[in-house]
Amino acid sequence: MPPVYRGAFGKPQAERLLWRAGFGPRPGEAERLARLGLDGAVRSLTHPRRERLRGPKPHDGRGRRLAPYDAWGHDQLWWLDRMVRTSRPLAERMTLVWHDWFATSRDGVGSARLMLRQNKLFRRRGLSSFPVLLAEVTCDPAMLLWLSGTDNTRWSPNENYARELMELFTLGAGRGYTERDVRQQARALTGWHNDWSENLGPVRFRYDKERHDPGVKTIFGKRGHFDWRDSCHLCVHHRLHPSFFVTKLWSYFVPVPPKAGTKRALERLYVRSGYEVRPVVEAILRHPALYTGPRMVKPPAVYVAGLLRALKRGIDTDSWTWLMSLAGQQLFYPPNVGGWDDARWLDTATYRARWIMASYAIRPHVLKSDKGKLPNDAAKLLRRAEALLGEPTLTGHTHAELKRFAKRALSDAHSQWKKEQYPALIENALRQLLAVSPDLQTC
Amino acid sequence: MDRPCHHCDEFSRASLLRRGAAEAGRGLPGIEPGMPSPAGTGLDRRTFVAGAFGLALSVYGLGKLGLFEDGIARAASGPAQPVLVSVFLPGGADSLSVLYPVLDPNYKKLRPKLALPASAGPQFSEDNRLHWHPSLTPFVTLHGEGKVSVLPAVGYTHPDQSHFTSRHFWEVGATDARLSTGWMGRYLDHAGTRDNPLQGLSLEYQLQPSLASAKVPVAAVAGPDDYGFYAPGVWGEVEERMLETLKPLGARRSDPFLNQAAKATAQSDRLRRQLAPFAAGNGNGFGSPVTYPQSDDSFPHRLAGLAAMLGAGLPLHCVALTGPGEYDTHADQPKALADGLDLTARSLFAFQRDLEARGLSDRVLTLVWSEFGRRGEENGSDGTDHGAAGTAFLIGSRVRGQMIGEFPGLNNLDKDGNLRPTSDFRALYCALVEQWLGGDAAAVIPGARSFGRPALLS
Repeated sequence: MPPVYRGAFGKPQAERLLWRAGFGPRPGEAERLARLGLDGAVRSLTHPRRERLRGPKPHDGRGRRLAPYDAWGHDQLWWLDRMVRTSRPLAERMTLVWHDWFATSRDGVGSARLMLRQNKLFRRRGLSSFPVLLAEVTCDPAMLLWLSGTDNTRWSPNENYARELMELFTLGAGRGYTERDVRQQARALTGWHNDWSENLGPVRFRYDKERHDPGVKTIFGKRGHFDWRDSCHLCVHHRLHPSFFVTKLWSYFVPVPPKAGTKRALERLYVRSGYEVRPVVEAILRHPALYTGPRMVKPPAVYVAGLLRALKRGIDTDSWTWLMSLAGQQLFYPPNVGGWDDARWLDTATYRARWIMASYAIRPHVLKSDKGKLPNDAAKLLRRAEALLGEPTLTGHTHAELKRFAKRALSDAHSQWKKEQYPALIENALRQLLAVSPDLQTC
Repeated sequence: MDRPCHHCDEFSRASLLRRGAAEAGRGLPGIEPGMPSPAGTGLDRRTFVAGAFGLALSVYGLGKLGLFEDGIARAASGPAQPVLVSVFLPGGADSLSVLYPVLDPNYKKLRPKLALPASAGPQFSEDNRLHWHPSLTPFVTLHGEGKVSVLPAVGYTHPDQSHFTSRHFWEVGATDARLSTGWMGRYLDHAGTRDNPLQGLSLEYQLQPSLASAKVPVAAVAGPDDYGFYAPGVWGEVEERMLETLKPLGARRSDPFLNQAAKATAQSDRLRRQLAPFAAGNGNGFGSPVTYPQSDDSFPHRLAGLAAMLGAGLPLHCVALTGPGEYDTHADQPKALADGLDLTARSLFAFQRDLEARGLSDRVLTLVWSEFGRRGEENGSDGTDHGAAGTAFLIGSRVRGQMIGEFPGLNNLDKDGNLRPTSDFRALYCALVEQWLGGDAAAVIPGARSFGRPALLS
């Protein structure tokens, strides 16, 4: 078995677990999770009770119900709302993992209906059998459109899905397959078909034997009258699949690669479980590297959903749509079939996008400067800001700099009106600085 | 597969593809079979801050970031280079409306509903058969000053009527679907430097394919004024203190990923300070000496930013951006076309006057182009379908101000009923490379020797 973390499991550890395996804690949630201990905490995430959506129901900026199939950007808002309100954060986080793993973009699919159908598939199969998930993804309508599955026919094979099936989904670039395998896989994957409707666009996705190439194919040195199921089966049972699978899955939870021993143990676990996802995720969430290793940059969706969870705020504005795009993660629009690049979340443009996100998130709580009831005390002001944002664990450096800011700004208040009004301004600024601090960009 | 309105569908799908390509270059949706991939597909993109000059750049086409600060500084202190600005009108602007042949006897036959009356727009002084579209009066003024050269029928033989393919040809400077570098990108590969990404500047969030290079870096920037840090309920001294705090928050940390976030904080803070002079709401942001048109479209604002960047001495050489408006006018053409041309012409007029006021107008030449013109005969929806030869303009204080190629007339349309070209875009590019940029066209445009060069400058 892979090593298991045996250090203290307190609030900071529970907090990290909730960020890595979900979208961060709601107020008090980290403390509650910490009381379960590591095993109980991980189990509560991997074996959650039935989903309950908690918190205010979502609506757009004009108070109307979301229309994810029809209104521009509402698909994103709809999903963001699930991330914010779910009682099964890991299931939702796995949905995001698979959206990145099998990255399908609405740019190529068009239909929100089909994108959301794929999204449901990711949620339903998120922690169960990888072969089942792979099979369902292979004939998922959005994927069939995205990677030319229904353009792939016996008469004119299209290698698009065949190549990514091996390169990105199951084996890794250049690992254990040849260009000939790509061509042969493409032949095996033929047979999918859809119609076009004037009103609905692509409809009636189905397998049509007439379009399938029934001939003998040679894939990975094996010969047979392979079809799409065989194609998936051959990939999952390829000797290089388990190492690809566990390394890729690991990378969503821990930002540095697993050591060789851990990797081997995870591979064994994966194969012995019959290619189940849950036991591997469980092992990663219990691994010492998650608790003692370096921090991880939060993806923009996780950052926003986390801010809203901490603030107990629901989806009540359309702004998240363009802000997510500005921050580099427009849900349902990954940049390409390889998904988002986790090494590129932060630059000067996306940092500023996060600044704006933070200001939008805390805006409803903004304090008026003429209220004048706040303490003239830097430490107290900082504690209030921390409380509003759900008491996140801070590094000493950030805590000290925020306090220094508050102290200096208070010392600017020479006149009476400044003494009365500055504390509110400082409190607003502290919340903003806290939300954009490096500490809250990472977990 | 039947798709409704396949023309428009193709166009929107092509734009989608292009967006994906500019961002990533991998795993693009399969579009129409045989369509070329946009130039620049697969180019690596990195973000870079040209600190001393206050710009956040997306830099394309370099494995790792070099010492651009020094390169840009060196380029800026060297002799000022001529600047070529490419403005693309997307969708295929209708050349028979841009300069409409009111005295051609076939005009009203082909365009019974869309034909404009002689009184609508001023006569074109170089060919009395033609009148300017009424929205183009700013160009008429500049033309009167000898600052506009018109190409009334520019294109290429064997025209392709796919938006995507024809645009690709114009972008790569050849009728070659497989060429993956842009024509300005290849010019820069030949004549540019390895350390100045500003030499090829895409003035939008994404790389313009005509700038896609193979060897030297090029860049994209949305605008120098779009970088404010506002927090609700914070102002005055407290706001200053708040923003000052970004610097210590960005201090080095031992955790590698915490440090990554700290670095982004510190870099953003540095950039914020550098861009402060350009910031919106901070006086006259760009210090523009003229007034640009007010519009929801960012085109005039981007041009104002471009003039300001040139005014600040940034070492730009080739610039590309998309013009305002939608020119794929299959239906309800009159209004869409008039709106697009109006904002384009007024913005470029302001840009010219801005450059003149800043004493920069001798250094800048602007090419306005579209991927093709439209069908001679109008369709049944108050619109026109895809055609062949289109209109292009060269604008600047040093242009010759005379037509390049004549108007071919409507009695000699090609087999598809489209205008035949009387000038070739590749010949135009050769002339721009040689006469304006001072480069070697043979190294840039395939088959350059076979094209006669029009005289561009006075």
